[in-house]
Amino acid sequence: MALAEPFTAKDKVAASAKRRNLIPFLGLPAVAVIVCFMVGPMLIALSFSFLTAGVYGGVDLPFTIEAYRQFLFERNLDDSLSFDNSYLVIYGRTILLAGLTVVISIVIGLPTAWYMATRTPKVRERLVLLVTIPFWTSLLVRTYCWVLILRDQGLANGLLREIGLITEPLPLLYSYGSILFGLVYSFLPFMILPIYAALEKVDFRLIEAAYDLYASRAAIFLKVVLPLAKPGVIAGSMLVFAPSVGSFLAPDLLGGGKKLMIGSLIQMQFTTSRNWSFGAACAMLLMAVVLTVLVFAVRQSKKERHA
Amino acid sequence: MKNLLIGPIAALSLTTAAYAEGDLFIFNWTDYTPPDLIEKFEKETGINVTIDTYDSNETVLAKLKSGSTGYDIVVIANPWVNVMAEEGLIRKINASELPGYDNLDDRWKSPTWDPDNAYSVPYQWGLTSFVVNTDVYDGDIDTLDVLFNPPEELQGKIGMLNSPSEAVTLAQIYLGMDFCQTDVENMQKVETVLLDQAPHVKVYNSAGVIERMASNETAGHMAWNGNAMRARGLNDKVKMSFPKEGIVGWMDNLAVPTGARHPENAEKFISYLMQPENIAMVSNHARFANAVPGADQYLDAELRDAPELAAPDGVDIKFLVTCGEDANRLIDRVWTKVKK
Repeated sequence: MALAEPFTAKDKVAASAKRRNLIPFLGLPAVAVIVCFMVGPMLIALSFSFLTAGVYGGVDLPFTIEAYRQFLFERNLDDSLSFDNSYLVIYGRTILLAGLTVVISIVIGLPTAWYMATRTPKVRERLVLLVTIPFWTSLLVRTYCWVLILRDQGLANGLLREIGLITEPLPLLYSYGSILFGLVYSFLPFMILPIYAALEKVDFRLIEAAYDLYASRAAIFLKVVLPLAKPGVIAGSMLVFAPSVGSFLAPDLLGGGKKLMIGSLIQMQFTTSRNWSFGAACAMLLMAVVLTVLVFAVRQSKKERHA
Repeated sequence: MKNLLIGPIAALSLTTAAYAEGDLFIFNWTDYTPPDLIEKFEKETGINVTIDTYDSNETVLAKLKSGSTGYDIVVIANPWVNVMAEEGLIRKINASELPGYDNLDDRWKSPTWDPDNAYSVPYQWGLTSFVVNTDVYDGDIDTLDVLFNPPEELQGKIGMLNSPSEAVTLAQIYLGMDFCQTDVENMQKVETVLLDQAPHVKVYNSAGVIERMASNETAGHMAWNGNAMRARGLNDKVKMSFPKEGIVGWMDNLAVPTGARHPENAEKFISYLMQPENIAMVSNHARFANAVPGADQYLDAELRDAPELAAPDGVDIKFLVTCGEDANRLIDRVWTKVKK
């Protein structure tokens, strides 16, 4: 099945030499977009991170690595440096929360995607639509709705009090738990959709074959379903991890702004702290973290494919 | 969109109406210029007004620094007046010689940030302290101790503004320190105050203060006086504190950028806003106090009688200042350590 199509496609291309000459140019819009809107701003941020912060915001010459030094050391009055773990703690906490978000999203997303992939095509279409519906409303509005639901006087506590389960409101908001909840809620669809895309293509005769060979349910899941879903899980993990690690809506609104996350730290540097170069350096270091995870994930999936 | 258009429009009107007395370009905070006032001004003077808006002090600074803005009036917060004057971004207007100057309250003449009102005239002003729900805690609230070292009833129910500079300045008043400390040991004391307070804080958020106090989500909250007044409107148990240690004040001011193309019209507008009935329209729109005592009779009753807008005699109002680089780095460091 997979062999038949490329041939016909190739034949069509060969039939029109003119069209073939145009093919290299078809990539131009994509390249232009990437250069203008991704590489350009990144280079600006990179250069800002090596410049001196302006007194009232902005950056000035000369070039310096002060911003990166500030990440690990605080400068004392006598200009000596002492180790300061504040930013490492903030990065560690954020990465841990983003990692947990990925794990929870897999645990919820995998069965959901499996359920979706095993429905009839018509039902499937509707389910995909349902998963994407949250994107129709701004994330800010949806996050704020959770504040209204989870707060002491909110819907959840009101309901629990109404049916007599509690007398005092449960502290559902303003904790790491509520941040994690907010992150999973925000980015779960990014996990479900790629896994669904992977499972949708699965040839279910493979599972029948496994049954025929007396594989247990657990063995089928681990040896057949999971490997087939793996590309989706890896893509989903990347899509969930990257926005989670940079998010500042959930930490500020649902977490009550009690602890800094990378996202709010960077935002603070560009506003009240008026330290653009340190903000840019934080963003660069965040990008380094995300890139490392990405490279690791891609290698992992390649290894899998070759095995 | 407005921002993109204003430049070309300003340039165009310059060429076509260079000698007509017609134009005035105002740059003000969002929702801070009453439309009915502008209509009245246009009708009475024949000057054609265009308004552009911004949402942060840094925006104004950046725009004025970039030069060709075409604005004739900017509204700037008091900590930025001397910064902009020093940077040569606003021009001398010698306000004390303008008609209407005598209408200003004596205490707002020649303020610390602008001696002799050489560059600016007060527009609206406010106070930052805290509010308490007296249903939850009915003890004395005339000290910042209630906010920073809360009594049992308020523990875990405190809200703070999520701004390092605002939280730090209030803590500095609590400790009896000057703003913009560059003394590391003093800033460590500030850090200790904020760290000791942290376990009792439920939420750090500058938005939604009114709503949190009205719904009993928080029982005490650091707040601006305009918001305190509006929270009381929704929940009459909400009371604002005028702490004996002092209170943070801020003033927004009218000033004229150096590159203004219609400075005479700008001065006309400034004089116009020193007239009681006109500046009262601004207060009625923005819900903050002004600096013209004669304006009281034109205020909405709700504003005129609001205890939040009138600091009692003897309350020490400490006005915000823009801190230099060193002091600002220390504020950032304290905030990072409190929230790490």
